[in-house]
Amino acid sequence: MKTVLAVLTVVVTLIGIWYLACVPMNIKGVLDAAERAGEQVTPATARERRDASALGLVAQNSFAIPRVWSVERPRLPAPHQVATELWDTTVMKKITSKRSLIYHAQVTLSATLMGFAIGTGLGILLAVGIVHSRVMDMSVMPWAIVSQTIPIIALAPMIIVVLYSIGVQGLLPKAIIAAYLSFFPVVVGMVKGLRSPDHMQLDLMKTYFASQGQVFWKLRLPSSMPYLFASLKIGIAASLVGAIVGELPTGAVAGLGARLLAGSYYGQTVQIWSALFAAAILAAALVALLGLLEQVLLGRMGVKP
Amino acid sequence: MNMQMTSRVDSAMDRAPDAAVIEARDLNLVFGTGETSVHALKDINLTINKGEFVSFIGPSGCGKTTFLRCVASLETPTGGSLTVNGMTPEDARKQRAYGYVFQAAGLYPWRTIAKNIKLPLEIMGYSKAEQDKRVAEVLELVELSGFGGKFPWQLSGGMQQRASIARALAFDADLLLMDEPFGALDEIVRDHLNEQLLKLWARTDKTIGFVTHSIPEAVYLSTKIVVMSPRPGRIHEVIDSTLPKERPLDIRDSPEFIEIAHRVREGLRAGHAHD
Repeated sequence: MKTVLAVLTVVVTLIGIWYLACVPMNIKGVLDAAERAGEQVTPATARERRDASALGLVAQNSFAIPRVWSVERPRLPAPHQVATELWDTTVMKKITSKRSLIYHAQVTLSATLMGFAIGTGLGILLAVGIVHSRVMDMSVMPWAIVSQTIPIIALAPMIIVVLYSIGVQGLLPKAIIAAYLSFFPVVVGMVKGLRSPDHMQLDLMKTYFASQGQVFWKLRLPSSMPYLFASLKIGIAASLVGAIVGELPTGAVAGLGARLLAGSYYGQTVQIWSALFAAAILAAALVALLGLLEQVLLGRMGVKP
Repeated sequence: MNMQMTSRVDSAMDRAPDAAVIEARDLNLVFGTGETSVHALKDINLTINKGEFVSFIGPSGCGKTTFLRCVASLETPTGGSLTVNGMTPEDARKQRAYGYVFQAAGLYPWRTIAKNIKLPLEIMGYSKAEQDKRVAEVLELVELSGFGGKFPWQLSGGMQQRASIARALAFDADLLLMDEPFGALDEIVRDHLNEQLLKLWARTDKTIGFVTHSIPEAVYLSTKIVVMSPRPGRIHEVIDSTLPKERPLDIRDSPEFIEIAHRVREGLRAGHAHD
């Protein structure tokens, strides 16, 4: 009960701050509209208002305050506007409709999952190689780190152009960008996990004259599971970001990224915000799903409940 | 696998009944080089015969664990000779000649007790039926029957250590190497496990090398006590126990026991006096 109260307090506070922030953010737009409608505003002209401080305008035109939460193209949409938009574009639309967020989310999700699968597979393979071969440790790891220092926003168009020129388009280029972001946490976590058995556990395997393969399957891999899941949770969120970024430079017509882009072209802030929330909800759901999987698997591995 | 088995049976038959299982001649081990080098073992000469229970006792840094690790081929000596079952320690390890019990039980938390005991059996390629049979046998031997399906965290520290002993007994090794196996347990559990270990030794006829800090433990368990001293790690004295093979716990109050314990204590003190 106490935790529920605490969680609710935080949520209510955040929403409260958001509503408050709408006032100075949207006041100028509201006053411009009011002036056009022939109402009395101070100062009277848009030119004068441009250089005035937002809070000052609010103080001088308190009559306009209620309107800041129902602007059609606000700088900052109010929470209920975003919620309404989310409701209208998910529940109220057929999922085959181009205006349905579920349709767009599902396009992004398929790229996310495909990229996540590629990235995780690649990450685990690299980690296995790095742990077993000093040469790979020294040659692959630096490149893996360097790869993450390049902003994905710069790299994504190049990946798409290069792949397009060899005839690959559609889902795969987006998935590759998603994989590019998600393989790294998996490599780092998995290397750490596969190296987590202590000296004694490794000595024990040595006394059995166990082969490298046996040490891997019976000791290293099971030991790495908690590390793997921590990495997977970061990886899937990164994968979603990758998929969305992958939709931006292609001028894609479908996907949450396309929705964001279209929203910013036409100044549809409500649409942008609802797409952002859809992405956040999707990421939360994916991470929660992995958490559930982790609980089930580690539970079967006898972890103390 | 088969050929290894046969060759081991042959070499076992070649040996006389009380042949040396472990034989060290002028054994030396120096860690590192130059100024920072540590002389961990210096001129160790020791013979351990089949069926003996040998304790290694001494202050930390005396090389008792290091010697055991050399026998297990977990460390490589830098000088002298060491044979296990008449072979180099490495060959002996490759033939799975010994079971090793570490200071911590080191059970895999993701395996049940039975599956933990099966670990060496899986690695050594025993059949499923044989695995089950042996697990049941050794669980009975360490009085843990009925606990096979439990996970390690569901057992007390003493029970976990017994399970780790069972794991070392599960495969056919005539030599059992134990590195302070009861060091982390309280006195009462320790007494009980000591008693059980003696019974187990009598039943299985294994040769046991046992590292300990405790004088009563060493005297109570051993047929031979190796007193060691540090810097450089060396053998100060080897004391043969005159206690009978049958040892109830109250033998520790007998004059004979106290006399041997006194000799061990004197030996440890004299060894320290070299510092």
